[in-house]
Amino acid sequence: MANDTQLALWEVFIQSKSGGHHVHAGSVHASDYKMALQNARDVYTRRNEGSSIWVAPSSCFSASGPEEAEMFFDPAEDKLYRHPTFYTMPEGAKQI
Amino acid sequence: MDATAVQAVFQDKIEQDLKIEPKDPMPDRYRAHLIRQISQHAHSEVIGMQPEGNWITRAPSLRAKQILLAKIQDEGGHGLYLYSTAETLGISREEMIEQLQTGKAKYSNIFNYPALTWADIGAIGWLVDGAAIVNQVALQRTSYGPYARAMFRICKEESFHQRQGYEIMANMMKGTTEQREMAQDAMNRWWWPALMMFGPHDKDSAHSGDAFKWRIKRKTNDELRQKFIDKTVQQAEVIGLTIPDPDLKWNETKQGYDHGEINWEEFKRVINGNGPCNKQRMEHHIRYHEEGAWVREAAAAYHEKFPTD
Amino acid sequence: MTLQEALFNYLLRLGDNALIQGHRLSEWCSKAPVLEEDLALTNMALDQIGAAQAFLKYAGAIENKGRSEDDLAYKRAERQFFNNLMTELPIGDFSFTIAKQLLLSSFEFFLFRGLSQSKDQTIANIAAKTLKEVHYHLAHSRDWCFRLGKGTEVSHEKLQNSVNALWMYTDELFEMGEADEVLMEAGIVFSLKEIKPKWLELVSGILDDANIALPNVDYMQTGSRKGIHTEHLGHLLSEMQFLQRAYPDASW
Repeated sequence: MANDTQLALWEVFIQSKSGGHHVHAGSVHASDYKMALQNARDVYTRRNEGSSIWVAPSSCFSASGPEEAEMFFDPAEDKLYRHPTFYTMPEGAKQI
Repeated sequence: MDATAVQAVFQDKIEQDLKIEPKDPMPDRYRAHLIRQISQHAHSEVIGMQPEGNWITRAPSLRAKQILLAKIQDEGGHGLYLYSTAETLGISREEMIEQLQTGKAKYSNIFNYPALTWADIGAIGWLVDGAAIVNQVALQRTSYGPYARAMFRICKEESFHQRQGYEIMANMMKGTTEQREMAQDAMNRWWWPALMMFGPHDKDSAHSGDAFKWRIKRKTNDELRQKFIDKTVQQAEVIGLTIPDPDLKWNETKQGYDHGEINWEEFKRVINGNGPCNKQRMEHHIRYHEEGAWVREAAAAYHEKFPTD
Repeated sequence: MTLQEALFNYLLRLGDNALIQGHRLSEWCSKAPVLEEDLALTNMALDQIGAAQAFLKYAGAIENKGRSEDDLAYKRAERQFFNNLMTELPIGDFSFTIAKQLLLSSFEFFLFRGLSQSKDQTIANIAAKTLKEVHYHLAHSRDWCFRLGKGTEVSHEKLQNSVNALWMYTDELFEMGEADEVLMEAGIVFSLKEIKPKWLELVSGILDDANIALPNVDYMQTGSRKGIHTEHLGHLLSEMQFLQRAYPDASW
């Protein structure tokens, strides 16, 4: 049992309707991409949830962690000029 | 980050009711507790495929066969979601399976009871899944993000499981004398083990303290058991089944049922490996795991040889 | 043989093939080499049982004696079943099931592609729906044939042995009887002889890519068109039909 393999881990992203985003659904084990796609289909679209699937080996993912959170995300907090509500529009102007 | 700092950041998040995510700092004991609980939950789903699987080839109609297959397939899927959830905490599926097969990890006691007649399929869906869903609905608010998300998906998918079981029981209670006897017999055998699924009384529960402090668990064993009893008694009455508990009676003050004493001796005996099916369940799991080894090896070897296929 | 009798017989064949194949696939539940594969095999079992339900329901309607799909599935005896012998063989190991799935789903691929053009609209509709499912079953078994055929020595040997053992049941898939002749004339079905070379080309191509040699056998098994089966079917039915037989007055 020590040498057992349960095959590699893959991350699964499902697009539920064409035009929508592929959303992370979970993971599956598989030895190759064809098996990963088929397993993702059999595991995550049994209730008609899918119109397209992406899979990628979990080992290919990099994730930011809490230690990066401050420098990554806090600087965006005060850049209010990126939002339309920042601007004052003259009264009476339409469709802007 | 040292252990004290980890503890402080972690506790702060917990108190704000924020979810803990895989890369967030967390105390080792929180991680260990989650791995134990989630892998046990995953193993329960997977071992739970066996008692119901015992009836797939004998399901009495094409519709019944489809429903049962789809349901057991869901259990497998839920085991899979939960294994993946535990994998985010740094344990592999290989390790979890090894822990199960060496007895280091447990699974729910309920699956050490046999599914003897077709009515057992009804009772398992209605009572066992009914008890499980009470527990799982509460876990949707658990503090570990991936676990909460898995529970959300599982609860959504399991909503048909209890109904299909209840439908089987209801149909049998409308059927022949033999069918009614079969249904009551299944009720008699599954009721008490279903109540045991919620675990020991709060006053005797070993792990509860930490689980509450860390908001992994948010309702006590007794609260959840009470909830299950209160809704199930009415459902039994509607279809004419008797709850096999002479001490069961409505308590006006607490607005819930009082129930008779649970046989904790039996509970301990089964947990310690002497239930009717403990050995059978584990032998089945080990046998098919070993019989599948050459297939997994072949798939891995093929990928080594043809990495782009 | 009247058109009605021929149609009833042919629909039983389609329904029984799906029923028995689905039953065998369902036996894999909780026994697959990885959990993901357990779900895959169950999905295929569900596809087959769904097809069985549709074909047997239509068979009951054509027969017009008030028999439902469940009556036909659960209350007929061994000699009244018309599924191909290959479908009823025990599941064996994973290579045996994969080989069986490859041989059967490649056959079904051409069969249902043809039947989706049937002049009988009900058959055409069920066939079109089933064809999509079969397409997936074929891709699944083909990919596994490559992995097993070229994976390890052990897996190669097992798959080769399984293909060898199954080959003598392949001829029967294309056997034609009186029912086929009657229905062909009415434009409801087509000649299975037409699809045999295409099937052989597809299967031998896949097996070749999987390093599996095409077996040579002296004799091809036959019998199911007349309801003569292997000994395995009786056991399968006694299990499948147990509740219906033990409690004939009960409904579930």
